[in-house]
Amino acid sequence: MLLLASPALLVVLALVVLPVGWFLGLSVYDGGFTLEHYRRIFAEDIYWRSFGLTFRIALVVTVASLLLGYPVAYAAARLQRPWDVLILACVVLPFWTSVLVRTYAWLVLLQRTGVVNQALDRLGLIDEPLALVHNEFGTVVAMVHILLPFMVLPLYSTMKKIPGDLVQAGASLGGSPSHVFLRVFLPLSLPGVVAGLTLVFVLCLGFYITPELLGGGRTIMVSMVVSRNVELYNQWGAASAVAAVLLAGVLAVFFLVGRFVPLDRVLGQK
Amino acid sequence: MASISRPAAACSAAAALLLLALPAGAAEQITFVSQGGAYQKAQTVAILDPAAKKLGITINQDSVPDAWPLMRSQVAGGKPIWDVVDVATGFCLRGGEQGIVEKLDFSKLPNAAAMPEEYRSPWSVAYEFYSSVLAYGQKRYPDAASAPKTWADFWDVKKFPGRRSLRNHPLATLEAALMADGVAPDKLYPLDVERAFRKLEEIKPHITVWWTSGAQSAQLLNDGEVDMVMAWNGRVSALIKEGAKVAYTYNQGILQSTSLCILKGAPNLATAVRFVNEAVDPVLQANLPLHIDYGPANPKAFDTKVIPAERVGQLPSAPENARRQALMSYAFWSSAEGEAAEKRWLSFVQK
Repeated sequence: MLLLASPALLVVLALVVLPVGWFLGLSVYDGGFTLEHYRRIFAEDIYWRSFGLTFRIALVVTVASLLLGYPVAYAAARLQRPWDVLILACVVLPFWTSVLVRTYAWLVLLQRTGVVNQALDRLGLIDEPLALVHNEFGTVVAMVHILLPFMVLPLYSTMKKIPGDLVQAGASLGGSPSHVFLRVFLPLSLPGVVAGLTLVFVLCLGFYITPELLGGGRTIMVSMVVSRNVELYNQWGAASAVAAVLLAGVLAVFFLVGRFVPLDRVLGQK
Repeated sequence: MASISRPAAACSAAAALLLLALPAGAAEQITFVSQGGAYQKAQTVAILDPAAKKLGITINQDSVPDAWPLMRSQVAGGKPIWDVVDVATGFCLRGGEQGIVEKLDFSKLPNAAAMPEEYRSPWSVAYEFYSSVLAYGQKRYPDAASAPKTWADFWDVKKFPGRRSLRNHPLATLEAALMADGVAPDKLYPLDVERAFRKLEEIKPHITVWWTSGAQSAQLLNDGEVDMVMAWNGRVSALIKEGAKVAYTYNQGILQSTSLCILKGAPNLATAVRFVNEAVDPVLQANLPLHIDYGPANPKAFDTKVIPAERVGQLPSAPENARRQALMSYAFWSSAEGEAAEKRWLSFVQK
C-alpha cells in the first residue's frame, strides 16, 4: 500500500514539506538562532494592521461570495437542461481565464474613465466619477468575482446529491416553500457551505495579485508584506516569519471550524 | 619523405588541434549584465557592439530586472560568473561597502577619471542617467503656462485641482516632498526625513494611487486615471511618441543614474576594466540617446556633436536640464538613515 502511495508522498514531501520546513527554518535562523523577526511582528503595528485588514477582507469576500454563490448553485442544481449547463459554463469559463486578465478587466470596468463610471455619467446619475477602484472596495469586488467559482462548485456538487424527493415529501406534508427550504434543503446543503466557506476564506488570506493591482498601494494584505520584505528589504527571514504566522492563522481557522463542525462527517458525507 | 611512425603522427595531429583550439579559448571575453528589454537592445547597438569591436573582445550578455540578490549570491558562492554589472548606483555603493564589488583603479580608467567627481565612487562609475519628473495630462492642463511646474504646484490642491499619483517608494519621493516644502534642489542632502514625511502626510489624502511599476505610472497618465504623476522620463516620452496628450517638465526633476561595477573575484577582471573604460567613452556614450531616451553619463558626450541639437533638449543629463534638477545622492540612501527611511515607508502608506 505504501509503495503505491509513494509517488504521491514524494511529491508532497518535495513540494510541500521541504519548502515549508525551509522557510520555517529561515524565520528563526538568520546568521544565528533568533526570534527577532517574530518579536518585530508582534511589536510593530504595521503587521497587526496588515493581518487585521487581511482577515477583514477575507471575511467580507467570503460572506459576499456565499450570498451570491448560493442562489447560483441552487439554480444550477435544480434546473433542467440546458439551463444548468449554461449556468455552470458561465461560472467555470471565467475560472479558466488568467487571474491577471480578470484583475485588469476589473480595472478597465471600475476606473475613473472606465465603463461603469461612463455609463453612470451618461445616465446622468453622477457628476463626478466614483472612486470604485484603487481602494479596498475595488479589491473586494474583484476578489469576490475571482473566488466565486470556488464557492459555487462545492455548493453545486453537494446540492446535486440532495434527492429531489425529499423536498417534494416536505411539500406534500404541508410545508410552505420557504419552510421546506429552511428545514430540509438548507441543512442538507451545509457540507457544501462549509467546504465553500473554508476554501474561499483560506484563498483570500493568501491573495496577492488583486490587492497589489487594484488596491492603490494602500490595501496592504499580508502577502504584500511578505513580498515587500523580500523585494525591497531583502529580508528573507522577516518574510518567512510573516508567512509562518499566516500559516499558523490558517491552521487555527481549520482547528476552530473543526471544533464546531464535525469536519470528517460533514465533508465525507454519510 | 621518411615515413612518420603512427604514435608520432597522432601526437602531432593532437598538437595541431590543440593549437587551433587555443586561440578560440584564449579570446578575451566578459559577461555583461543589465536590465534587459528595449534598454539593453539600445545599449547593444550603441555601446556594446562598438566596444567589443574596438577592444577585440567578446561580450556575453545577461539580463535581470533586479541584479542585486544575484550579485550577492554569486560572490558569496565564491565563483562569480558575471564580470560587469549595470545596476542602480545605490547597489554599487552597497556592494562596495559589503565587499561584493571590486575597488576601481582610476589610473586604468582615464575616461572615467575625467568625469565629474559626483558621477563616480571608489567602486563604480555612472553609466546612464534617467529622471523622475513631474508629468501631467494635457486634458486638464492644456497649455504649458497654466500647467504645474514645481513640486509645490503638485502639492497645491487648490490651485491645481486634479487626481495625483506618486511612486510607492521613498526614493525620489522624499526629495520631491522636501522641494515642495521649499528646500533648494542642491541643498537636499542629508534628507530631513521627518520633514519629508510630514509634507507627504499633507498630500496623502489626495493621492489616488501609489504606483509600483513604471508601466503602471504610464498607464495611469495615459488613461486619464490621474492628472499629475511623478514618473520616469523614458516612460512619459514613450507615451508622447505614441501620440498621448501628456507632457512633463525637467524642472525640479530628480536625476538618477545606473552605474557600472565589477564583481569581486570576476573571472575576467583585466578585460572587464578595459571594457568599463570603453563603455564611458564620450563617443559611445553619445550613441545611447540616439536609440533610447536616457542620457549619457559622461558630460563630454555632449561635446562630441554626435547627438542632434533637438535631441539634446530632451535628455535628462543635458547640461541645461541637469542644471534644473536635483542629483540623487545614493550615498544617503545606502546609509543607515536611508535604510531607516525605506523601512518607515510601509507604515506611512498603510495608514
